[in-house]
Amino acid sequence: MKPASFDYHRPQTVEDALGLLARFGETAKPIAGGQSLGPMLNMRLARPRHLVDLNDLVELDFVRVVDGVLELGAMTRHQRVATSAEVRRAHPLLAAAAATIGHYPIRQRGTLGGSLVHADPAAQMPLIAVLANARIVIGGVGGMREIAACDFFQSVMTVDLRAGEIVTSVRFPVLAPNAGWGFRLFSRRHGDFAMVAVAATLALADDGRVADLKVAVGGVASVPFRIDLDASVFAGATPTASWIEEISAHVAERIAPEDNALVPAEYRRELTEALVRDGIKDALRNTQVEAA
Amino acid sequence: MSDKRTITLTVNGTTREADVEPRRLLSDVLREDLGLTGTHVGCEHGVCGACTVLIDDKPARACLTYAVQMEGHEITTIEAVGEETLSPLQQALHEEHGLQCGFCTPGIVMTFEAFLREMPDPSEAQVRDVLSGNLCRCTGYQNIVVAVLKAAAVMREKRP
Repeated sequence: MKPASFDYHRPQTVEDALGLLARFGETAKPIAGGQSLGPMLNMRLARPRHLVDLNDLVELDFVRVVDGVLELGAMTRHQRVATSAEVRRAHPLLAAAAATIGHYPIRQRGTLGGSLVHADPAAQMPLIAVLANARIVIGGVGGMREIAACDFFQSVMTVDLRAGEIVTSVRFPVLAPNAGWGFRLFSRRHGDFAMVAVAATLALADDGRVADLKVAVGGVASVPFRIDLDASVFAGATPTASWIEEISAHVAERIAPEDNALVPAEYRRELTEALVRDGIKDALRNTQVEAA
Repeated sequence: MSDKRTITLTVNGTTREADVEPRRLLSDVLREDLGLTGTHVGCEHGVCGACTVLIDDKPARACLTYAVQMEGHEITTIEAVGEETLSPLQQALHEEHGLQCGFCTPGIVMTFEAFLREMPDPSEAQVRDVLSGNLCRCTGYQNIVVAVLKAAAVMREKRP
């Protein structure tokens, strides 16, 4: 459980970090909070020759809201995302999901950018990024680029990031003040990786009918994804108990989980249905317009 | 490419030097190079919480931190807690039978010394959420929860 040898670099600016990563190419690995990469290094699942430490890049640790967009620096720690008054106002779902990542000491070190780049299929931050239509801002020596979260995640622990690039920030459209939200996950042990995680946002029109509904699921495919909800199924509906049943059954039909040694596909499907049901109930409860 | 280098660490308010390879875990440097064996090592991949120390007053896994990263940061280990008399948290763990073999205890103490500073009046649910990051195979956790809540009450009373 000791990592293989590596050379250690501690750049003081983003520019220097990108320069080092460009110079070492595939032989380098950036380290942020180290809460996922650390175990991989210790177990020698990753053996970079150069470790480029991003922890001194304080300019990548920020929370700001500009023109309806909540932007968070990639080095913002989960604990800050979970507890920042600004995040809780602008995107309470993001804050609530961040509060469930790992354990208290893990959240003190782990970062938003690190979680997105690690791209565990059941992880919280990728799921919320996909649900919220967040945009990932990426830096490289050639300049900056921006990509939609749903295009960023490509497969299990695989993202659209070239050698030498790092995520610098993430832009979440501010959650509409009248939108309700729900976040539900199931794991066998508190703080473990989720078997399935579900996030939902729901907005009601003044007459109490459903104006907008978004649902995303993690842990049932190689990447988290939004369920394409046919407007005819939900739009204009009154959110009754049977409507909630209909939506959760609809979502469960649209996923194709695979069997594995620990979790049968059918169990994952039933779990998804139950979590969607509870997540939408939560979302309904906290919409500002009273449900009919 | 990864020769030993001399690093300077601030541990429990004291400046210490060690000659280490960059790959050396903070937990190993604390125990083997600096002789601070109060920090225990369990799983070495961040799961068990036994090696929890404070980095700049916040709890962190020493086994997921490379010592070389810690130059310029303040490390606090269990050796700095209750140097003369037990801290209120340690006293409560003692009184409530919050430990048995004691292997996991340093990690639990470090986690909650930090948590109770941030959250002086936690609910039982919050204590249980935080305690989920530390494995204990003896106690069944119940007495640890009781002890943390008791320590929180004692510390609130002691406040001016």
